[in-house]
Amino acid sequence: MGIDISRFQDTFFEESREGLDLMESRLLELDVKQTDTETLNEIFRAAHSIKGGAGTFGFSAITDFTHSLETLLDRVRAGELPPSDDLVSTLLEAVDITRGLLAAARGDADIDAAAVAAAHEKLNHWQGGATAAPGPAVEPAQDAASPRGWRIGFEPDAEIFASGNEPLRLLRELASLGELDVQADIDRLPDLEDIDPERCYLSWRLRLEGDVSEAEVRDVFAWVEDECRLTVEPIEPQVAPAADSSSAEPASPAAAAPTTRPRPAPEQRSLRVSVDKIDALMNLVGELVITQEMLQQQGSGLDPVRDEVMLNGLSQLHLNTRRLQEAVMATRMVPVDFLFSRLPRLVHDLANKLGKQVTLETVGEGTELDRGVIEKLTDPLNHIVRNSLDHGLEGPEARRAAGKPETGTLTLTASHEGGHIVIVIQDDGRGLDRDRILAKARERGLPLGNDMSDAEVCQLIFAPGFSTAAAVSDVSGRGVGMDVVRQNIQSLNGQVEVTSVAGRGTRVAIRLPLTLAILDGMSVAVGRETYIVPLHSVVESLQPGATEIRRLTGSAHVARVRGEFVPIVPLGDLFGGRPWASNPADGILVVVESGGRRTVLLVDELVGQQQVVIKNLEANYKRISGIAGATILGDGRVALILDIGELVLVSSQAAAA
Amino acid sequence: MSKILAVDDSTSMRQMIAYTLKESGYEVEEAEDGEAGLEKAKSQQFSLVLADVNMPRMDGITMVGRLRGMDQYKFTPLLILTTETGDDKKQQGKAAGATGWITKPFDPDQLINVVKRVLA
Amino acid sequence: MEAMQATQSAPAQETPATAAAEREAGAREFLTFALGEEEYGVDILKVQEIRGCDAVTRLPESPDFIKGVINLRGIIVPIVDMRVKFRLPQAEYNEFTVMIILNLDDRVVGMVVDSVSDVMMLGADKLREPPEFGGNFDTRFITGLGALDDRMLILLDIERLMHSEEMALVSATDDVAQADD
Repeated sequence: MGIDISRFQDTFFEESREGLDLMESRLLELDVKQTDTETLNEIFRAAHSIKGGAGTFGFSAITDFTHSLETLLDRVRAGELPPSDDLVSTLLEAVDITRGLLAAARGDADIDAAAVAAAHEKLNHWQGGATAAPGPAVEPAQDAASPRGWRIGFEPDAEIFASGNEPLRLLRELASLGELDVQADIDRLPDLEDIDPERCYLSWRLRLEGDVSEAEVRDVFAWVEDECRLTVEPIEPQVAPAADSSSAEPASPAAAAPTTRPRPAPEQRSLRVSVDKIDALMNLVGELVITQEMLQQQGSGLDPVRDEVMLNGLSQLHLNTRRLQEAVMATRMVPVDFLFSRLPRLVHDLANKLGKQVTLETVGEGTELDRGVIEKLTDPLNHIVRNSLDHGLEGPEARRAAGKPETGTLTLTASHEGGHIVIVIQDDGRGLDRDRILAKARERGLPLGNDMSDAEVCQLIFAPGFSTAAAVSDVSGRGVGMDVVRQNIQSLNGQVEVTSVAGRGTRVAIRLPLTLAILDGMSVAVGRETYIVPLHSVVESLQPGATEIRRLTGSAHVARVRGEFVPIVPLGDLFGGRPWASNPADGILVVVESGGRRTVLLVDELVGQQQVVIKNLEANYKRISGIAGATILGDGRVALILDIGELVLVSSQAAAA
Repeated sequence: MSKILAVDDSTSMRQMIAYTLKESGYEVEEAEDGEAGLEKAKSQQFSLVLADVNMPRMDGITMVGRLRGMDQYKFTPLLILTTETGDDKKQQGKAAGATGWITKPFDPDQLINVVKRVLA
Repeated sequence: MEAMQATQSAPAQETPATAAAEREAGAREFLTFALGEEEYGVDILKVQEIRGCDAVTRLPESPDFIKGVINLRGIIVPIVDMRVKFRLPQAEYNEFTVMIILNLDDRVVGMVVDSVSDVMMLGADKLREPPEFGGNFDTRFITGLGALDDRMLILLDIERLMHSEEMALVSATDDVAQADD
């Protein structure tokens, strides 16, 4: 009937990708000394499904390869082949090869035939070289001389209905093969009152004439082989030995199926929706919030008695709008596992490469985070983990010498704290070396204090240019250092902090807002413009005259904040506005902090705190230094959101000059 | 109209089966593992159940066994979907109460042929 | 379409003048606007809408002709004042001053002009080669001239103009990095 099944190929590719990811992560968490049956089953099932799909959709290269993979996995889960690190490596490699084959099938890449052949060879090697090629099933070759037809004796078991089989169907099928003569044998039929309608009492003697092979005849009965007595004899060369088969074989006991203890694995009813659609929804909700705020403001002038209904409606609208906003934001949230699940492979490969033993532990994988944040966290997190393996964790000998277990532990934790998510990467390695850091900082010409605290020394690793040292290995030294990590995290409105205890380990904590789409901001007025300062970077604000202000050369001013002189950035000057407060002493000073550095913003007025929906300026314009984005205020006007990280950097450079 | 339940953990297989059968005029429900299949089968009566063997949570053979034990599926055709290497699976399936099997990979025409025969 | 008929010089009985036929014959529709003494035309397909002058939010570090950004139904749209860009003597705002919102290939941009005049259909016979001098514009951004009785329309390649470096709307390193799956 010509059904085109290619339309399901994309689904096949997608589920195969997921299957491979699952295989990979299960292989990585496999404890070769104490294997868990369900894990092995899961790995097997994934390979099995890919093979099945590849067969259905006609990707023979994938079928061939995954057949060997599946056969090997079947032996492993049957306990015939003990898992070992070597075997796991081979299997991981096979996962990669299968990925490549899928990409090739999709037309995204070429097949590396040599690599496939080599990996295939390896798989076969584990099975002692003997692969059961997925060749055609062995047909009983019995079609020597085709007779005129067949005499068939068919005596179903009385219980045949209980398997859902219907003798009539079989007769009809036979009739479709040739000319069929049917004789029912009613000898077994009991008296009417004794008949159990659920049992079969009839048997049949059949005569099928036509050009039909014995295999074809037997095929019709294939499902009921065990539930009947069947004889098939050729009609003409009468002397041919009757091929008799009977139901001698007892039905094997219902195999004790591996108890599938449901793992707390993702059992979720879900729907794939493109990110664009969700972003569009998010934008609309943002608009709605703004309109609602505008109405709320208008509503403040209403009479509580006369306009009671209106006011109630407004407050209901306020509530529902917020709920809607939260619900839409929740659709963008994905578990941090998306991030963590990529790391076991990295740790496994790196540890092998470096000759270290590392256990990776993850906690709080279910913690949810905005998808946009997750994407931007991948690189920084990879970098920190690489650093930890490369520099933090010691090799087995060094660890033994230090009285620690030979296997180091790297722990990743995700948790919610207020409106933030905190991701901690902790190792039990040697810790940061204070003297080495100081020496290196000196060498790089970084400004050093006289007696810096340990915390201050730790912060040095985030200084630009600190870790681009020649000494770093090819593992972590890819030209980006912790300064880039910090920049990336700050660009997400987050903070990163490192603490370390010599000999005990290093702890890197990343603190991020839950979403990139919304920001808690403080709005400030400068001239006729309103700017939004991200609330998390505001330290305090100072009233005019509340602090000492000193004039440096030219127009540069510094303010004394908690005993320290901090450069003042007059926002009006910087952005070319016309500030009312041209004299720092008249304006309001907002102390902001980023990356451990402080700056004071000079503004005319503090307007208030509010949540704002972040809009991207770059969509239709370009990036402006010092500006992180824009938002739309309750009155419909656009306000710019300040990039405090950049402002602080610029002002401290200006102050240093 | 005959209602068919297709149980397979592979979305692409499920989609292919469902689409093929729907094109042939059958009503089709899908489930992604044995447990889900069992739930669906309890809540409504199907004239035919197609079950993959290897599935998470509950495999197809277990599911077939459970269905066969239920009054409402005592005589219903229950087919397992198995691969060419799965001779023992066929036997296990039969032992659990399966009517028969369809060998993977199969194409839409093969599927329809079998289904038509069983539901004729 | 009134505009089209007004400028139709060929006798109607000879050419059944429908817009579709005109378009097939290489005719295009232009929105015409005034900037100082000159009249310009942009491809109508690039024009999203025409608006009165909204309050704009000024942008730091921007040339004076970038007036700032407006909120266009939730989208942040930069606004270019063409009169400032071309140093026209009187760039005042009056009841004729409008913003033309352009929908370019990958972005939305608004431009302030003195007034908009018409939508016109120009057949191939009305189109002339671009001149050596193009009024206020670099000739790179001029696709041709449209002759209209005694008037002369300067036809702009608005897409190219707005993407050009001198409009400062796009950063030089803007490689439209969109990495979403």
